[in-house]
Formats: sequence, C-alpha cells, structure tokens
Amino acid sequence: MAKEIKGIAASNGVAIAKAYKLVDPDLSFDTRTVDDVQAEKDRVAAAFLASKTDLEQIRDKAATSMGAEEAEVFTAHIMVLEDPELLGGISAKIDSDSVNAEAALKETTDMYIGMFEAMADDNPYMAERAADIRDVTKRVLSHLLGKELPNPALIKEEVVIVAKDMTPSDTAQLDRQYVKGFITNVGGRTAHAAIMARTLEIPAIVGSQVATDEIQEGDMVILDGLDGVAIVDPSDEQVTEYSAKGEKYAAQKAEWATLKNEKSISADGKEFLVGANIGTPKDLTGVVDNGSEGIGLYRTEFLYMDSKELPTEDEQFEAYKKVLEGMDGKPVTVRTMDIGGDKYLPYLPLPEEENPFLGYRAIRISLDRDDIFRTQLRALLRASVYGDLWIMFPMVATLPEYRAARDIFNEEKAKLQEAGVPVADDIKLGIMIEVPAAAVLADKFAQEVDFFSIGTNDLIGYSMAADRGNDKISYLYQPYNPSILRLIKNVIDSAHKYGKFAAMCGEMAGDPIAVPVLVGMGLDEFSMSATSVLQTRSLMKRLDTTKMAELADKALDAETNDEVIALVQAAVPAE
Amino acid sequence: MESREFHIVAETGIHARPATLLVQAASKFSSNVTLSYQGKDVNLKSIMGVMSLGVGQNADVKISAEGDDEAEALAAIAETMSAEGLTD
Repeated sequence: MAKEIKGIAASNGVAIAKAYKLVDPDLSFDTRTVDDVQAEKDRVAAAFLASKTDLEQIRDKAATSMGAEEAEVFTAHIMVLEDPELLGGISAKIDSDSVNAEAALKETTDMYIGMFEAMADDNPYMAERAADIRDVTKRVLSHLLGKELPNPALIKEEVVIVAKDMTPSDTAQLDRQYVKGFITNVGGRTAHAAIMARTLEIPAIVGSQVATDEIQEGDMVILDGLDGVAIVDPSDEQVTEYSAKGEKYAAQKAEWATLKNEKSISADGKEFLVGANIGTPKDLTGVVDNGSEGIGLYRTEFLYMDSKELPTEDEQFEAYKKVLEGMDGKPVTVRTMDIGGDKYLPYLPLPEEENPFLGYRAIRISLDRDDIFRTQLRALLRASVYGDLWIMFPMVATLPEYRAARDIFNEEKAKLQEAGVPVADDIKLGIMIEVPAAAVLADKFAQEVDFFSIGTNDLIGYSMAADRGNDKISYLYQPYNPSILRLIKNVIDSAHKYGKFAAMCGEMAGDPIAVPVLVGMGLDEFSMSATSVLQTRSLMKRLDTTKMAELADKALDAETNDEVIALVQAAVPAE
Repeated sequence: MESREFHIVAETGIHARPATLLVQAASKFSSNVTLSYQGKDVNLKSIMGVMSLGVGQNADVKISAEGDDEAEALAAIAETMSAEGLTD
C-alpha cells in the first residue's frame, strides 16, 4: 500500500528510484567473559581484514569518482587498521581480561581516542585522528556484530538517499551518477542537503521528520521535489502520473535553457546581473551550463573544510585562478574565509562558545588570526590577473572592522607589487551585509566600500533572532517580512546614493516571490544556486520595473510576511 | 642494534603526512624500529604510537632499529625525514 510523506520542497524535479538508507545500524553490545580467547582473537583479526577490504574498495571507488584528495581520508583509516599496536593491544586485552572481542576493541580504541582528544588542545590534528579511530572502530564493530554499515561510496544502482540529516562529508562520498534525490528528517530549504541537491540538480525533500522511520531499505520511492511529497511503494498509476510530472518539469527546464546566452532584462528593458553561488571550482560546469553572468558568491571555506590542514597559498591560488579563468572575464565575487557558526575546522579548534553564531567567526577570526587571512589575500591578489575579481568580507559589523581588513589587503598588495608580482589594479572590495548593524549603517559603509552583497539567510536569522535550523521556530524565517525588506531597501539605496553596486547572494535572490520586489527596489545583482539562474531570467522578462517599484512600495508598507506574498501574487500572475 | 638521533625542525613536528610516510617507510623492513622521545618508546610501525608522542618542533628524538635489515631501515627513515623537511 502506498504511503505518503510530506516535507519541505527543497530542490525541484521528480525522481523514482529505490531507497538507500544512510543511517547507522544499532552497534550496541554486551561485555562478556569468554573461555575460548583464541576464538575471540580470531574474530577480531577477521573483522579487521574485512574492514580493510571494505575500505580499500571505498578508497578506490572514491578516487575514481571524486578524485585522489577525497580518497585520502580512507587511506588514513586503512593505516589505523594496519597499525600493529592496535590489533596487538586488543589481542592482549582479550588475553588478560578474557573478554569478548567487542569489549576489547571498544576499550582499546577508547583509550586511544581519549588520549588523542586530550592532546587536541595543543595539537589540532589530534581531534581528526580521534575521529578517524572512531570511524574505523564503528566499521570493525559492525563486522563483529554482523551488521552492515552504509557505504554510500559503493552504491552501484540508481537510488534515492534517505537520511536523518546529511553532513558535507556524507555528500562528498556520494557518486553523483547514481544518486537521484535526497529525503531527510530534519532541516529547511537552506540545509546542506538542500543546497547540495540544487547544485547537483536532483530533487530533494527536507524536514520530513519521519522519512527514516517510514521508508525501508530498497523500498521504491517517488520523490516529488516540486511539491515536497514522497510516495513509498507507489502504484503503477502513481508511477505513470509522476513520471509525466517529471517530464513536464524537464520540458520547462528545456524552455528556460533557451535563455542561456541571453542577458537578464526586464520587460521594459532594464538590465540586471544574474549570477551563481559556488563552493568549489568543480561547480563551474553548472554555472556555465546555466548561463550565469558572473559568480556572486564563491564560498572559499570549502577550501579549508575539505583539507586536513590550512590550505597553502599556492593551493588557494590554483583554485582562485581556475574559477577566474573559467568565468572568462565575467565578475567573480570571492568571500574570504567564513569559518565559525556551524562551520568548523578540525585542525583549527575554536573556543567552545555559548552562542557560536554570535561568536568568534568569519572576519572576526580573520582579523584576529591575520596570518591565515594574509595567506588568503595573497593567493587572491596573485590570481587577480586572470579575471575580474571582487573580494568581500563576511560578517562585518562595524566600519573599523572593514577598514582593518582593507588595510591588510592593501599591505599585502603593496608587498607583492614591490616583489614584482603582477596584481590587477581594479580589484573591488566590499562587505557582506549579514549583521543588521551594518545594514542600518549602510550609508556610512557605502562611502568606503566598492559594493555590498546582502547575505539574506544570516540577515534574516539575526534580524528575527531565530535559528533557521530550529524546526520549532521555523515560522520565523520570514524573508518577505517588511522589516527585512526595509533593511534591504536601505542597503540598496545607500549603495546607489554613492554610486556603488548592490548585490544579493542569499537564497532570497532566486526566490520567485522576492525577485519582483527586489527588481522594484533596483537591486543590481542577483546571485543564487546555478539551477535557479534561468528560471529567474525568465521571470525578469515578464516584469516591468515601474510596476515593480510600485509593488515594492506597497510591500515596504505592509504589515506581515503573508501580506507581502499576497501582494506579489496579485501583481505577478504565475506563468 | 643501530640508532640515530634527529633534531626536528619542521614547524608542525611529526604529524599528519610526515608521520604517515615515516610509518610506511619503517613498515617496509623486517627489523623492529623504535621511536624514542622524552623517555617514551613507541613502535615506529604504529601510526597511533607515533601520533601519541606528539613530537613538535625543536624536539630531539632517537630512532633505533634492530634486526637483519637495521642499517637499511635507518637509512630509509633518515631519507624520508629529510625529504619531508622534518630535519635539516
């Protein structure tokens, strides 16, 4: 019997495939005293061998599907399994305590994990080593208990991934060829899984709450990312119906594709820039395929997060150069390191904080640890000759912060020029507008920066004092609330008053309800997931800027989020 | 038994990549290879043992090898040390 699960529609499209559950099995066990210690030692040795075979396969698969770098973590895991002291220590424990293999394994690895974690304060690499041992222990334990761990890197057929939540390291292991969609229990439209799905152009449903309970491994699942509905074990009629829906969406996408090489122009002929957001140079294909007119946000923190240590100046230079060259002279806005909040680096431990989102993060770290910041700026300066580079600093709250960052930039620029290194002389410097304080004081900032880029997710979160990841208060994520619109209006008007450029790089920039209002306010650049670019260009073609300015005035004078939605729906009929 | 002392100059000491390569180098030989630092001895074929010493910059360590191929083992390890910039 078909079952229906509702969630938040997070990425468009329809997928029909078997479920693959990315959920850890129950690995609990009892500690027992054993008579036959040799049998327990043999079990451990066999489990080590089986784990090593798993990991070698996963590593080889990861190396071909994702590259040598992503595969390296598995090499580290294999080395732990090959460690003679580890296996020796577990065997010795079985001998001395006459305990079962599971207990000896857990006790021995816990000792190492504890030791490495204790060292992590002085030596950040140790936290990562502890995580490696924890991962390997889980795998060996699963073999001892005869349970199967999910090995997403080994998926060999088309699947829909079912998970509680997905982390960046989960998605890094997925083979893009076989993964047709995601459904998760938690999260909203801005969750990692949702953003990833839009980048991969596959459908996704997030925040379903019950997906991992209601869907079993191997169940046939229809995933409708357009309306946020999943159907488990569908009837033939439903499969036919949803296949047709998927094809209709694909046809609409094909129609948008005809706009790929066109400019983004309103019905009355005003030009806008529609750009894309990226995380790594690998995302360039999607950016170019979707006809983006630039990159409005290059999130450089992935360079730091995907690495085992601080990326070197040369590694960063190569990545920035690749992106600038790949965009062929179109503007590329690079955001400097935005670590902290929910993004952390295993090799750069941050202090534990009560409120990490209100804590030591982004530009605050960069100004404090200017060694890291200077390395990044030098890499950017060296790459600047390969394209049109714009640099922006995240989480700026005050003018002195911006000035300090700008001064460091100018110092590094002068040093490079003195050393005879070519540097572009038209690099633009700007700030992200995420902190309400900066949005309110935009007229002062506008006299010193070259541009603003409004980061709506954080700006909304900080303005509404609501964590977007908290399901209980998700109703407070209100992008169209007139309070938010007034902040945005102030930023755009302040930029224009001083002849500066106003961009937006949050999810809101590609939101069909927000776009008409933003067009009316005169936003210059809209940067979004690459897959929303053509849809937005198609929408802009139908908008008249004079009428949208009237709509924007009404929206700014409205009382609630819902009232704004109704105003937009009345002014801009659906296609 | 043969042994040699090394002064570690690398800023990050012996961890991550250099540690991995040292363990791999030692594991190619049949001799027992020991890394000694601050009165503690660990098996140089054990990545976790090496890590647990937390050898940092300016550390003085001793590496000893005992077995049929002890001289070759020490030479290979010294070469890895210098290739990875751990020693001068």
